[in-house]
Amino acid sequence: MSQIVEPASSDVIHGHEAHVHKDNQGAKIGMWLFLLTELLLFAGLFLLYSAYRYFHSDAFHRAGLDMHTLFGTLNTIVLLTSSLTMALSIAAIQRGKKWLSITFLSSTILLGLSFLTVKYFEWSSEIAKGIYPGSAKLLDRSNGEILFFGLYYTMTGLHGLHVIAGMIVLIFMLVFIVRDKITKDDYIKLENAGLYWHLVDIIWIFLFPLFYLIN
Amino acid sequence: MADIAVTPEHLGHSYLENTGKRKGIAAWIFSTDHKRIGILYLISLFTFFSVGVILGILMRLEMLQPGGKLFNAQDYNALFTLHGVIMIFLFVIPGIPATLGNFFLPIQIGAKDVAFPRLNLLSWWLYVTGAIVILLSLFQHGLPDTGWTFYVPYSIRTGTDVTMAVFGVFILGFSSILTGLNFITTIHRMRAPGMTFFKMPLFVWALYATAWVQVIATPVLAITLLLIIIERVFSVGIFDPSKGGDPVLYQHLFWIYSHPAVYIMILPPMGAVSEIITTFSHRTVFGYKAIAMSSLAIAFIGYLVWGHHMFVGGISETAQFVFSLLTFLVAVPSGIKVFNWVATMYKGSIDLQPPFLYVMAFIFLFSIGGLTGLVLGSLATDVHVTATYFVVGHFHYIIFGGGVFIFFGALHYWLPKMFGRMYNKKVANWALAILFIGFNMLYFPMLVMGYEGMPRRYFTYLPQFETWQRISVVGSWILVAGLIIMLTNLIRGVFKGEKVGNNPWGGTTLEWTTSSPPPPENFEEIPVVTHEPYYHPEAAN
Repeated sequence: MSQIVEPASSDVIHGHEAHVHKDNQGAKIGMWLFLLTELLLFAGLFLLYSAYRYFHSDAFHRAGLDMHTLFGTLNTIVLLTSSLTMALSIAAIQRGKKWLSITFLSSTILLGLSFLTVKYFEWSSEIAKGIYPGSAKLLDRSNGEILFFGLYYTMTGLHGLHVIAGMIVLIFMLVFIVRDKITKDDYIKLENAGLYWHLVDIIWIFLFPLFYLIN
Repeated sequence: MADIAVTPEHLGHSYLENTGKRKGIAAWIFSTDHKRIGILYLISLFTFFSVGVILGILMRLEMLQPGGKLFNAQDYNALFTLHGVIMIFLFVIPGIPATLGNFFLPIQIGAKDVAFPRLNLLSWWLYVTGAIVILLSLFQHGLPDTGWTFYVPYSIRTGTDVTMAVFGVFILGFSSILTGLNFITTIHRMRAPGMTFFKMPLFVWALYATAWVQVIATPVLAITLLLIIIERVFSVGIFDPSKGGDPVLYQHLFWIYSHPAVYIMILPPMGAVSEIITTFSHRTVFGYKAIAMSSLAIAFIGYLVWGHHMFVGGISETAQFVFSLLTFLVAVPSGIKVFNWVATMYKGSIDLQPPFLYVMAFIFLFSIGGLTGLVLGSLATDVHVTATYFVVGHFHYIIFGGGVFIFFGALHYWLPKMFGRMYNKKVANWALAILFIGFNMLYFPMLVMGYEGMPRRYFTYLPQFETWQRISVVGSWILVAGLIIMLTNLIRGVFKGEKVGNNPWGGTTLEWTTSSPPPPENFEEIPVVTHEPYYHPEAAN
């Protein structure tokens, strides 16, 4: 039906605007706005952290002594390296080196997995010590310490969920590269996924000193 | 349709006809056409609006006599919670942007669609999912009874199913963010050739400011609600005072979103007012840049005033003073808008069509809302009327009398464009008159009762309030009668109304240059913009 009545002028439109829906800059704007919302999501938690730290600075200090700085440092190194491999993966696809890009992207995903594994052992050891939300041992401690660990589990937990979400996105990207949906000429999806991964990294960079170093 | 004798008015086919592979309802609920999504939103929003109205009517009915004859206290708590949650999160926050904004934003800037059509569809699906999750909360462990603000610590401790309701609102937040993100990108990337920022219609400017508020404020609500869920499900100590938490911090976080949310509700209607006044005055808008910038100014200052919801909530005197001062500042850009609207009408040739009459009703009701807002913004008087019917009255004058009346007015303005048919104008005017009388009978007594000390959210009242309460109850019936007449008239207009041309009102923005209803890609040929949006060559200026 549409073909019958379509006036000739519409051909002209389609002619000078072929692939009208491919707007890389638009996709970038959208992604940055999304990252902004993610930052603001965590901003609420950082606000709570600063308020509670101000009210209970001694208790936060004491609670910080129970943290495993080693696990935290290890995970910082892991995540920073994963950001590097992520950037290298994009650089590789820009130069048309498909399999190099796939290698770097796979390492990023594996590093994400290592991060979660370290996190698992870290949480397990805290829980083994009896420090977990609602535990009798934790509720015996001072208010500030309860809040510290409440925020610790909430913030690192939410961050962990973001790592998982990021990994799922990266796995999709991997499939896209293998199937040549992401190529040398069209890699905006991979770039945006990379931006997301860097965001997850940046949030960790702030979580790390707040929970592991200031004590 | 494949007729050679098509008039220019009905050139080609319209977006209402199915051209794709999908048939029936699937052609709508899986469509990425912004116009169809706008209509999906319109239907969903008014469905929930009706539910909210019924709950409101029941609450009023309870007040026919003192003593709680109809509902007990617990049921009444559930009623005002559900009325609030449904009306705020399912109706006024998506409101004009998701419906008319979705439909007209791309057309007004001369684009074929929004920047991310699939995200747009996703946002509608998220809206539906969120609504269903909220409805599920009704059938589990009793109706939520916290009020729409979900204040801690009660929301953490109550046995009713707050977790589900809060999770539903969390999902709705995603829908809102995606709409905002989509609109910002669309406005930056999809404007027609020649359409600079300062050639955009003022409705687009209002949507632009709103979209930023949606993107920047909603995540704060999301995390706040998530924390309630985390506290309830995993018993993590964050806000609960028995675990050292501070409930006032919850209030801060909640209002950091929920005050800007008021501007999500009111900025788009203000944009529609600018369109309607200009069109029916047949004159270029006065102070175009001032109106455009005042939208951004309202959005910005609106961020810094959340503390005025907490004057008696335990914040410091300095904070009270600063928040009160900032609150008064919002009046400046709002005033700029009103003065420019009035100046636009000055020496215009005014055509008293239904949409314009809605704007007149809006200015009256919004003024009462604004002036009562001053009472609440000043510290000394606020302490007297806080948490009384006065607040309820003020809020409904602003959001219902201001925002929702313009939603109705904007529907009357754009319906002929959306469906190519006109409703019965006489009935529309009568409906407005009835709505206006019912509205004032319903809410003005609330201002009086609140001033005399009637607290809000009580399921019963002292005998001294009986007369005012009864006037208010009768007002609610008149209001509903007006709503039914108005909506029936509009729906009848959509299907059976008289066919109208492309530009029944003499509007000058781009949507009036395409056919009614518009073709699937909005324009036969992408327009090139050479004039400012309200160019009237025949008028003196």
